[in-house]
Amino acid sequence: MTRPFLLPALLLVLFLSACGGGGAADTPAAAPDGVTQDQLVNGIGPVRSVTLAEVDATLAAAGEELFTIKCSACHKMGERYVGPALGDVTTRRSPAYIMNMILNPQEMVEKHPEAKRLFAEFMTPMANQNLTEADARAVLEYLRTQAPAN
Amino acid sequence: MKSPLLKNLMAAAAVMVLIAVVANGCSAPDQSGTADAAQAVYVAPGSYDTYYAFMSGGFSGQLTVYGLPSGRLLKTVPVFSQHAENGWGYTEETKAMLNTTYGFIPWDDAHHPQLSQTAGVPDGRWIFINGNNTPRIARVDLGTFETEEILEIPNSAGNHGSPFITENSEYVVASTRFSVPIPQSDIPISEYKAQFKGTISFVRADRPGEMDIAFQVMMPGLDYDVSHAGKGPSHGWVFFSTYNSEQASTLLEVNASKADKDFVAAVNWKRGEECVAEGLAKPFGGTYYHNVVGEDRVATSTVKEGTQVLYPTDCAGLVYFLPTPKSPHGVDVDPSGEYIVAGGKLATALPVHSFSKMQQAIADAAFEGEVDGIPVIRYDAVLATEVQNIGLGPLHTEFDGKGNAYTTNFLSSEVVKWKLGTWEIVDRIPVYYSVGHLMIPGGDSRQPWGQYLVALNKMTKDRYLPTGPELAHSAQLIDISGEKMKLLLDFPTAGEPHYAQAIAADIVRAREVKFFELTANTNQYGIKSEAEARVERNGTEVHVYMSSIRSHFKPDNIEGIQVGDDVYFHVTNLEQDWDVPHGFAITGANNSELLVMPGDTRTLLWKADRPGVYPFYCTDFCSALHQEMQGYLRVSPRGSNVPLTFSTGGS
Repeated sequence: MTRPFLLPALLLVLFLSACGGGGAADTPAAAPDGVTQDQLVNGIGPVRSVTLAEVDATLAAAGEELFTIKCSACHKMGERYVGPALGDVTTRRSPAYIMNMILNPQEMVEKHPEAKRLFAEFMTPMANQNLTEADARAVLEYLRTQAPAN
Repeated sequence: MKSPLLKNLMAAAAVMVLIAVVANGCSAPDQSGTADAAQAVYVAPGSYDTYYAFMSGGFSGQLTVYGLPSGRLLKTVPVFSQHAENGWGYTEETKAMLNTTYGFIPWDDAHHPQLSQTAGVPDGRWIFINGNNTPRIARVDLGTFETEEILEIPNSAGNHGSPFITENSEYVVASTRFSVPIPQSDIPISEYKAQFKGTISFVRADRPGEMDIAFQVMMPGLDYDVSHAGKGPSHGWVFFSTYNSEQASTLLEVNASKADKDFVAAVNWKRGEECVAEGLAKPFGGTYYHNVVGEDRVATSTVKEGTQVLYPTDCAGLVYFLPTPKSPHGVDVDPSGEYIVAGGKLATALPVHSFSKMQQAIADAAFEGEVDGIPVIRYDAVLATEVQNIGLGPLHTEFDGKGNAYTTNFLSSEVVKWKLGTWEIVDRIPVYYSVGHLMIPGGDSRQPWGQYLVALNKMTKDRYLPTGPELAHSAQLIDISGEKMKLLLDFPTAGEPHYAQAIAADIVRAREVKFFELTANTNQYGIKSEAEARVERNGTEVHVYMSSIRSHFKPDNIEGIQVGDDVYFHVTNLEQDWDVPHGFAITGANNSELLVMPGDTRTLLWKADRPGVYPFYCTDFCSALHQEMQGYLRVSPRGSNVPLTFSTGGS
């Protein structure tokens, strides 16, 4: 009874492994929590990489204004508030991670192991304040000015 | 003239028809209660309904929004009545919406929703609704589902025939159900015939924030009942049913039911515009309120003085009377604009007037007389037909866009389907019980979505589990996509829906507002960030500029309030995401809570009347730490030296 199924089953296994292998060649190996190594570093969201130059003071000033309106109710630089202190965040997280956390917080706290851990610790989900990608980039620039090394 | 004998016969006939209908309902195969019907109205979890239905709240004064075909209640939009659920009419930002020349009126009787139209088709921008008791018309925006504008109608009494809309939303109309002395004066009621008048008002409707009386028409002292605007060839006209051509002022159920015919008033508003432009209107008194939500989302009231009144004798061609049997109620114009169906609620046949015949009759001066200078067209010169065997107590008619009309019969408790042009009755279905209006999505427009019909029933009786003497009114969803009507669903409604409107959901969803941009918040007491949170004293007024975000207020500790202070809590919700409202309530608030949408500012006035420490908290479960979203306000005796301080988390 098993013989008629043997060949198709074998082909199916080959097909599946071929597909999996093909995928593996193109994308980094999955991290233990189901996110890729790249996502682990850069977060889950629209931003894949950010090229940083010297701090742009004008952009940082715009970022500070946005931060005050949309972020400061929950985040302070030097101390834990509703959410984590952000003074040193650019030394702890990649630029893309920071922007994705701003732009895509719901998926981040659902899927990303680090964001999930922080959600469990702080109990209040990171709010989506509907910033545009340009807004988030400006906030990132402001956060760079707050880093201890600066 | 109707004799007592005839009345008794009619009542007996009504009972017999009811018995026949109920008996038939028991024996006939009926799709209601079958798996097919359940499947037809099933909207799977997470899926959306096909139509938004907007039902008037009747004596609730509000507008309720349902999904069809599920019959699920989606929202109550507060319009004319205070709504403690979200602070409508209680907050400092919304109180002005309920101002009238009679003072602050926290209630009304809302009858007829009307969707805005472009080229005779509902366009999903706004919905208008009338306040019947204290004459008003409101405009609700369908991006926010909030009432944005309310215009009081001067020189009116009982704004029932309203706010029926013209096909490009040029005007919504208002007509007096009750004729009264205009202007109001202290005269004997027995002077009705000599002194009482009605008015028909045309209200500019296509400029948001600028609704206003364009002109009013002074009419004979009849009762103006329901209305609908012309469309296509009859664009430019609005038709009003009337009753009480007897001009009775007492025991109208007998005294206003005597004449064989009353009238449909046909008003040519384009002619009215011409007459106004020619200076034929007379300046007239009348004070009225115009309440508008501004750019800052704060309502303000403007008091206006005077209108322009046209007298039909000064403006030939403005108004004609179409004789119509027995106290007509509904007056409904078919999608082509040619037929005007007027349900005579005491008639046994359903008269259908022809617009083209009306025009010919006017050209031929085929008049049988006049009332106060208004020509009365000969019945045979304007009538297309009388639909026979329509049922008992025909009231309202809507259309499916496929050549069929559907008429409700209150007395025989049924919806009857008939064909335009051949006038044959093709189907009838019992409804439970005593249907008033009916609604087909777009069914009073040029392009109905002829898939469903909702019967808006006046009696509920045994349709649901009993809830004491007071029962929810009952709506019934009927499938009209095939030859035979099929009853699909019963669902209870809020208040008393009189009329309703519905529109394809996608049209409204395209306008969806998810939250208010904080950066665009121009409320003078709004704040953009916690950094601006503060408390300021100005004499005995204390203004708390408060922010809320998951899950704290800033400030959440306030001291230095004194007995006798008026404390204004201006709460700004700093969230910028969909569906994250925050509430605000404080012990002893004698008005309502606040429910503040993301990016918005709402203000609660609280009077400090006794010393103590009073907690305040968020009333809308917002996060895992919602229970922690709380604070304290300390009230000291008048003249205390406790300084005014405020903080959150020590800062």
